[in-house]
Amino acid sequence: MSQDRQLKINGEDKTVNVPDDMPLLWVLRDVIGLTGTKYGCGIAQCGACTVHLDGKPVRSCQLAVSAIGNRAITTIEGVGKTAAGAKIQKAWLDEEVVQCGYCQTGQIMSASALLATTPKPDDSDINAAMAGNICRCGTYVRIRAAIKRAAEEQPT
Amino acid sequence: MNAIVDKNREKPMLLSRRNVLKGGLAGGFLLGFHVPLYAFNEPNQAPDDVVGKFAPNAFIRIDKTGKTTLVMPQVEMGQGVYTSIAMILAEELDADFSLVALEHAPPDDKAYGNPVFGIQVTGNSNSIRAFWKPLRSAGASARAMLISAAAKQWKVDPSSCAASAGKVTHTASNRTLAYGALADAAAKETPPKDPPLKDPKDFTLIGKPLKRFDTPGKVDGSAVYGIDAMLPGMKFATIAASPVFGGKVDHVDDTAAKQVPGVQKVIVLDDMVAVVGDHMWAAKRGLDALKVTWKNGTNATINSDAIWKHLRDASAKDGVVAKAQGDVKKAFESGEKFNAVYELPFLAHATMEPMNCTVQLKPDSCEIWQGTQVISRVQQTVAQLTGLPVEKVTVHNHLIGGGFGRRLEPDMALKAVRVAQKLDGEPVKVVWTREEDMQQDVYRPIYRDEISATVSDDKIVGWKYKVSGSSIIARWLPPAFQKGIDIDSVDSAIDMPYEFPNFQVEYVRVEPPAVPTGFWRGVGPNNNVFAIESFMDEIAKKLGKDPIAFRMGMLANAPRFKNVLDLVAKKSDWGGALPKRTGRGVCLQPSFGSFIATVVEAEVDEQGEVHLRRVTSAVDTGIVVNPDTVVAQLQGGLIFGLTAALYGEVTIEGGRVQQSNFHNYRMLRIDQIPPIDIHVVQSGEAPGGIGETGATAAPPALRNAIFAATGIALRRLPIDRDVLAGRKQPWA
Repeated sequence: MSQDRQLKINGEDKTVNVPDDMPLLWVLRDVIGLTGTKYGCGIAQCGACTVHLDGKPVRSCQLAVSAIGNRAITTIEGVGKTAAGAKIQKAWLDEEVVQCGYCQTGQIMSASALLATTPKPDDSDINAAMAGNICRCGTYVRIRAAIKRAAEEQPT
Repeated sequence: MNAIVDKNREKPMLLSRRNVLKGGLAGGFLLGFHVPLYAFNEPNQAPDDVVGKFAPNAFIRIDKTGKTTLVMPQVEMGQGVYTSIAMILAEELDADFSLVALEHAPPDDKAYGNPVFGIQVTGNSNSIRAFWKPLRSAGASARAMLISAAAKQWKVDPSSCAASAGKVTHTASNRTLAYGALADAAAKETPPKDPPLKDPKDFTLIGKPLKRFDTPGKVDGSAVYGIDAMLPGMKFATIAASPVFGGKVDHVDDTAAKQVPGVQKVIVLDDMVAVVGDHMWAAKRGLDALKVTWKNGTNATINSDAIWKHLRDASAKDGVVAKAQGDVKKAFESGEKFNAVYELPFLAHATMEPMNCTVQLKPDSCEIWQGTQVISRVQQTVAQLTGLPVEKVTVHNHLIGGGFGRRLEPDMALKAVRVAQKLDGEPVKVVWTREEDMQQDVYRPIYRDEISATVSDDKIVGWKYKVSGSSIIARWLPPAFQKGIDIDSVDSAIDMPYEFPNFQVEYVRVEPPAVPTGFWRGVGPNNNVFAIESFMDEIAKKLGKDPIAFRMGMLANAPRFKNVLDLVAKKSDWGGALPKRTGRGVCLQPSFGSFIATVVEAEVDEQGEVHLRRVTSAVDTGIVVNPDTVVAQLQGGLIFGLTAALYGEVTIEGGRVQQSNFHNYRMLRIDQIPPIDIHVVQSGEAPGGIGETGATAAPPALRNAIFAATGIALRRLPIDRDVLAGRKQPWA
């Protein structure tokens, strides 16, 4: 089944006609052309495909487009417009977190969602929010440091 | 990502460029391996103003506006090499950094071949080692020509002029000319034979922790990896090769696949199938719906047990002697004898960016978009496959989402081209599923390492070390496989920290049945360093010696090793009190031209689970170009090695790989990562390699920490939790 469907992505309305069961990941990448959201595993094990639905982090590889409804989608291309996202992106650069970078858009989406709800995350908050995101280059030490740095810049 | 400029960070632009193919590829010669590069999705960047362009060599172009284009001979895979290479060139050129743009090198072995290997290869942690001198000379030569051109204009002696920040100055007369204004005249100068290089004390860029040029686009989603290539009219495809290595397609029923919405075409080749669709989801669902029966062939009965038996049987024979000194036979007539065997498993690369390649094949040309560590090899092998002249194959290199050696192979390009051969000239992006990526890898080989030693007065006086395993080089770079010796497999067995007066290293080439092997981050030294450093601890324990003190006793003439070992002992609190079931383990390694000592502190719980508490490394890697990159590469490399030691194993059943995705091929995650402290020693020695060093250092250090914590001498990886919990006897 497929039908015209309205999606709200980074504040813009998009109309797509894709199969009901098509994961948002492939709609974003292959239909809309927003390639910042990455395919890593397809089974919600690696977090590379993380986007926000109404601000909550979700794995877009497991999210059928028909299950989205009216919820607002935020991707890496739009997260910089949120306060938490902008701080996280800046902290990522300040801490020089990135190596190959392929997983980092997903890492940033998870970290931004964390910071939006938990302005001063401690180590266990960071573990809980970030353990679903794999980084093969092993940038975890700097990811933790960058989240803490971004939290320091949060208005309290 | 035409230009990623962040003025606040003073980053140069990264420009894509048309890959002008030059043909005339030089024949290759030596080895290499490594990780991938930057992706540019815009193949048709306007060329620099050709008139008045100063292009003294393949690496530097300066146009009339002063725009300074630096061409990157090595690929960016996250190791920061674009930044460090640009720093070296700009340092000797005295470039104006704000006018610098970076460009991927096109395929051209002659102009951009790795000086160590002779072909375009990013690998073996040797980008800086191999290009340090050539790039300094390239920069210095250009600088000398610019100064000479200015001096002629002013009719003064060149030695009275100086260059800095993209300008030549004659101080006596207070005159200045920018490089752009000199481009025309400098182009007429003859490149000097031996341009004077800067005294390292005058370096203004090298040694400074510069922010990387490639990172801004990687945090806002604009960076383009091979998998992100998008072309008008593009189709999407996914493939399945025979799950049993070497198998062929027997029969395909595509009735259900063709009914999947969005599926355009089913392609059946002799050893693989592909489904082409409007998007990856259609292709993937189509592939799932495809009913394929395979002719599995003779590999269908191969399993891990049989492969190990094959290696163990073959390793029993004498090997080819790769190095010998002293009188080993005589040495073993006295002293206390030790012997141990160590085994390492097959490993997959599991780069976060799954294998992919985008192809547009037309009757008289082929265009490729992907991230590769071997751009010229991709071009050449695609030319061979299609029958096109090499210059009709264009390869657009991209940022690489993890290489680790996997993208030293052209197979993903060749498979994609074979799909494109069944289409009508439309571009197709072929993306492997994670499952395909994990099950159609070239695997880090299994190794079996046997070491014997004889000890007198607490020192090793005789040493026999036999390495048995696959020779990747024999397949990958045949001219480098000489006299039956795989120089990679014995690399750190031959070149090692300790002084043993009587010493022999042998190599037995054993190719595993069915399973293809390939370079994997850390390459040959992975097996050498694990075996040697594990064995050192076992001997030290039997002698009742502290592991670091025991090693120190054999480093009399190795000050750089001694220094880092000393430093890591201090920084890791070596000898300090620890809780129950907790230990520290050390590893000292010579690999890739760097001197590195590492201490891992870990706890083993009653269930046999290992908890990492702290990792400390001390590194002397000679002159450091970008210090932050050295730290980052070690941090990440150590985690890469710890991941392998704790979880990494690919097993074979029925001729096929059993692991398929991250649920059964596990990775360390952030909640398991301890503090990792890297201490970089100041050094004026030639630069060493760094990208792979952490991967080789961590496994033996962890293994020795477990040994210290439990007394259990693990001799195989990955660590066996049943053994650590006492549910199973250790393998020996």
